[in-house]
Amino acid sequence: MPDTPKLILPDIPNLRNIDTYVANGGYGEALRKAYSMAPAAVIDEVKKSGLRGRGGAAFPTGLKWSFMPKGKEKKKYFLINGDESEPGSFKDRQIFEFNPHQMIEGILIGCYAMQIDHAYIYIRGEYAHWVKMVEKAVADAYAKGFIGKRMSEHFKPGGDGVAYTAEITVHKGAGAYIVGEETAMMDSLEGKRGYPRYKPPFPANAGLWGMPTTINNIETMTNVPAIMKMGGEAYSKIGDPKQPGTILYGVSGHVNKPGVYELPTGTPLLDIIYKHAGGVPNGKKIKMVIPGGSSMPPLRGDKLEGVLMDAEHLKEVGSAIGTAGIMVMDEDTDLIHVLTRIAKFYQHESCGQCTPCREGTGWLLKLLRRFDAGEAMAGDVDLLYDVAKNIEGRTICALGEAAAWPVYFTIERFRDEFEKRIKPGLKLKSPERVHSLRKGGLEPVQVHVPVVERT
Amino acid sequence: MGATCPKMLFTSHSNNSNRIMAIFSETELKEFAELQKRYGAPGASLLPVLWHIQEKRGWIDEAAMEEAAAICQVPKAHVRGVVEFYTMFFDKPMGKYHVQVCTNVSCMLRGGEKLLAEMKSKIGVENLATTPDGMFSIEEVECMGACGGAPMMAVNETFFETITNEEAHGVIDHIRAKNEIPTPRFVAQMPELSEAANR
Repeated sequence: MPDTPKLILPDIPNLRNIDTYVANGGYGEALRKAYSMAPAAVIDEVKKSGLRGRGGAAFPTGLKWSFMPKGKEKKKYFLINGDESEPGSFKDRQIFEFNPHQMIEGILIGCYAMQIDHAYIYIRGEYAHWVKMVEKAVADAYAKGFIGKRMSEHFKPGGDGVAYTAEITVHKGAGAYIVGEETAMMDSLEGKRGYPRYKPPFPANAGLWGMPTTINNIETMTNVPAIMKMGGEAYSKIGDPKQPGTILYGVSGHVNKPGVYELPTGTPLLDIIYKHAGGVPNGKKIKMVIPGGSSMPPLRGDKLEGVLMDAEHLKEVGSAIGTAGIMVMDEDTDLIHVLTRIAKFYQHESCGQCTPCREGTGWLLKLLRRFDAGEAMAGDVDLLYDVAKNIEGRTICALGEAAAWPVYFTIERFRDEFEKRIKPGLKLKSPERVHSLRKGGLEPVQVHVPVVERT
Repeated sequence: MGATCPKMLFTSHSNNSNRIMAIFSETELKEFAELQKRYGAPGASLLPVLWHIQEKRGWIDEAAMEEAAAICQVPKAHVRGVVEFYTMFFDKPMGKYHVQVCTNVSCMLRGGEKLLAEMKSKIGVENLATTPDGMFSIEEVECMGACGGAPMMAVNETFFETITNEEAHGVIDHIRAKNEIPTPRFVAQMPELSEAANR
């Protein structure tokens, strides 16, 4: 295997220490280069690199930046998403722990490119230790004058760049998956319940406190200094041309060496599982893989040959890159049990604003608990499919899809697993009714909810 | 307290002298005022303020909510809504050592459910309940971002990753004997480190 570049997590010990980071070229070349260019030219460089967001939607970063109003007349904000709550994702944590300064440097470059003077790093509350690490890194960078009022001592913006300063504030969340959704994160930062907002208006027009705001993922930001150093064009040649760069693949579940692996985009999924993560314990076969965190459509274990891990190639095989959190399940896994657990998660995390999601996630869980208990009725597979389909696309934010996708894609790809759990001739003891939009009309469907022990 | 409630709910308080109780010192209140300058509106300091309250008192009671409302210049009902929304804020007393076990997919695949069951019976309480002596509480948590170190258990803020059931028993025994959280065995997750460690 040729040497793959490590742009995000280089093999340098103690890089979290600011002196080590500076000694290895940190807060130097990348910032000088960025500050010597006009802000718009920095955005163009990021566009040229082809960098796409690493938070799930893989939206082109440079394009997102270009949506922000120009100039400094209006107050603008930068919000960095370190909520990382998607089951199967544990990559941003590695950046907080091993390379926080590169993330900070990326944020400063983003601030300059969009002429923003305040950035917030929102980190989930569960990462209390990592919040402290990032707080220390930010404080160290303030002390050295890389952030804040003393920035111009280090760097004199050239070209038609404007002399500017930027502030960074670390903000600790308090446990809510939905806050990872960018508009919910804005509400949460404002000190409210984390409710996703309608779009439009898009955050670039009306975000935090009604002001233009850009939200980027932690890993996305950590890529930016590397782009400035090597140039957008060189970066665009790493990995898959349609989503260039390296990605932190988090591998978990049934593998011998779970962990985070930094590899170029477009790396074959089977290479990641077998060459890097050490294969499946006891040489078992793979039954199912969720390639991008629990909300992404699962793939069949017998259809992994040739699957490449990047946004476009995964779309072709009917899934998505998400957060690149790869969950591997071996041949003995009870998929219904896994899916029931996923449904429980989304039911727990639904914010409750939209009826299809608030009610639908509960119905998905009730139905799946029946399958899990082996007490499903004939017709329940279709009912489950219907309920999932009726959540998708009918909610303010993507949590609706996140709850629906794993369910109906698993039905499409593993229907026999569900049918095995149907109890023929099951008599209803306590029928309940659910209205399902089947065949275009409201049609009451009988639902039997067995008594299943709740944990 | 009753007569002051409506006022506390709906007026903003630049002067904190009419606070109902004093959780915070004047120095801390000044720090909050400084913190509020870093945000577009004072309400944004609510999560940090609630974190401070919980760190000091272990949970957030009615009186503390009123104080947070006064500091952050938001209605108390808003504070209650926020406390209830976020799973990490407690509106009832929890154990001094809050044991959290993840049973989401990655942990479930590597034994998280069994670990939770064992910890429940070891500590002797059900989910989100506290032992009578106030020492332990237990919670089945959603993914805590330790999927590469599954199964995992956390005690307060400390993560124990790739933990065996025996080791988990050891953690609880250690706390019972010494009244402190043991140092977790460090699990390297950096790619080159995990590769080296497994070589």
